Amino acid sequence: MGKAIISVKSLVKVYKMGDVEVHALRGVNVDIMKDDFVAIMGKSGSGKSTFMNIIGCLDVPTRGQYLLDDVDVSSLTKDQLANLRNHKIGFVFQSFNLLSRTSALENVELPLMYNKKIASREMRERSLNALEAVGLADRAHHFPNQLSGGEQQRVAIARSLVNDPVVILADEPTGNLDTRTSIEVMGIFQKLNHKGITIVIVTHESDIAAFTKRNITFRDGRIIKAIEVDKPRNAMDELANMPVMVEEDEV
Amino acid sequence: MKVKNLLIAALRSLAKNKMRTFLTMLGIIIGVASVIAMLAIGQGSKQSIQAQISTLGTNVLMIWPQASSAGGVRQEAGSSQKMTLEDVTAIADRCPSVAYVTPQVRSSGQLVNGNMNWRTSVYGVYPNYFEIRNLNLSNGNLFTMNDDRSATKVCVVGQTVVTNLFGSDADPVGSFIRINKIPFKIIGVTEKKGQNAFGQDQDDMVIAPFSTVQKRMMAITYIQSMLASAKSEPQIAAASQEITDVLKAKHNLGPSEDPDFTIRTQTDIANAATATSGILTILLATIASISLLVGGIGIMNIMLVSVTERTREIGIRMSVGARGRDVLLQFLIEALLISLLGGFIGVTLGVLVSQLIANILSWPVTITIQSILMSFIFSSAIGIFFGWYPARKAAGLNPIDALRYE
Repeated sequence: MGKAIISVKSLVKVYKMGDVEVHALRGVNVDIMKDDFVAIMGKSGSGKSTFMNIIGCLDVPTRGQYLLDDVDVSSLTKDQLANLRNHKIGFVFQSFNLLSRTSALENVELPLMYNKKIASREMRERSLNALEAVGLADRAHHFPNQLSGGEQQRVAIARSLVNDPVVILADEPTGNLDTRTSIEVMGIFQKLNHKGITIVIVTHESDIAAFTKRNITFRDGRIIKAIEVDKPRNAMDELANMPVMVEEDEV
Repeated sequence: MKVKNLLIAALRSLAKNKMRTFLTMLGIIIGVASVIAMLAIGQGSKQSIQAQISTLGTNVLMIWPQASSAGGVRQEAGSSQKMTLEDVTAIADRCPSVAYVTPQVRSSGQLVNGNMNWRTSVYGVYPNYFEIRNLNLSNGNLFTMNDDRSATKVCVVGQTVVTNLFGSDADPVGSFIRINKIPFKIIGVTEKKGQNAFGQDQDDMVIAPFSTVQKRMMAITYIQSMLASAKSEPQIAAASQEITDVLKAKHNLGPSEDPDFTIRTQTDIANAATATSGILTILLATIASISLLVGGIGIMNIMLVSVTERTREIGIRMSVGARGRDVLLQFLIEALLISLLGGFIGVTLGVLVSQLIANILSWPVTITIQSILMSFIFSSAIGIFFGWYPARKAAGLNPIDALRYE
């Protein structure tokens, strides 16, 4: 493994809710290397979402240092943060967060629209490539409401990787999906990671975390456990071995 | 985001809610259409008043003597007898800005032709009166200065007089009529001019040589008033000043003393008359502008609803790298599109309504380019002004909260 893509030192985040101070993060230190595939685990309120928001440049820490691809994020303005999100980060959300009544292709194009350097022809090409990478090239002109949950999440993954980010951040990406589709989605993540894309997912399901390379567990705003996964599950193999009757689950 | 993409995104989101977009636009459409129509009506009536004023003549100046006073009791304006033919000659000789000047006396006359009779005003003037008043003859000839010198009993009559003394289609040139028992030969008939701005029938009059009326009918030595015309419209003020100077000198008045005469110019009359219609135009345009303002508030209302509704969309856009500025522009362009499109339809509708008013009510309307441009600028300004606050609100959203918004 090469250099650290994400380097966090004594990260503290305090929210003020009226008079009460909520300590969401109480000193977090972690390095995430290039090519890593990390699962952030923990119960709700453990600080994992706050951590995701900060490393996703949606929020800034109260104290501490955060280097994303050697850029110190702590001191950036709102616009600079937006720029960083546009160039270095891809998001995948639990509820997909696709624009409704907008085709899959145009949803994938969205990050590139906010990059002035990219011409519309290149935009189209890269978006089609991204859709192909998640196996949805034939669904490019479908609208989100014509796609299944798994397909919607794959469009979202395509959107997250279209701008060649240094890291893809996925917040409970399988939370709204059934077991089989969850494994499919994890399969896509494994494939992308295999190609050299760094991925961080948040999950509270340990069997989903088992697909990743490293598990980091949060509790009360601190990291309490960080382990290498001994033998990650392989989504492709498991899908191949799954009985076909799973398809009939929906009946 | 590029402008092209912004426009496409804005058009698409407007197309998603066609009914809502249309209703929002309707406020602007009605506002702009009424501004256009009201201004057209106002301008139209102003122009028709100006057209009527111009029937008075070209660059006309009217000069009256002041009111006389007998033992402290002041008489009506123009009753002073101080104005003489010498004044007329002096003005003609010494005022370079004056093109024509004529003395004028007016008498009432009972006109008789056979068993028909009619009472009207008889004006005694020089022939150049026709130049000053822009009068033309439809029939016959004009009297000359020779007729004036010898006080010939000839006259030119208006159409109303002809109708009342000879019947509507008769040609009276060459016939004799009696005015206050004095026989006059009709040598010409004036062209029909219709009513003037004050409702007077301009065809109900008899015009005769000055000395004929002054000496033969009225037996006076002074003149009642003078009518002059300036060489061009910009020279009206200069002409008025020159006449004042000459008459003051003739009447032995020092420069600081008040003149014993009054000058009124055509510009004065036109200004007084158009002032009223100017106020009317402003009033109508104000009312119409208020409806445009209400339309703007409608835009603001819908844009606020739209921002709330699309909070999640805003969150998504921000998470993939939209800056506050990008979101602001997106919503601002939507508001601007509504108002510009509404403005365009409104202008079209306004022009149609104005034409309809012109055709059905036969009210004069004038649509000016300025009023169209002004409506356009005003409606897009309203779009920006009322779109700004909702767009600002969208741009200021925190991406985390926006993404979580249900």
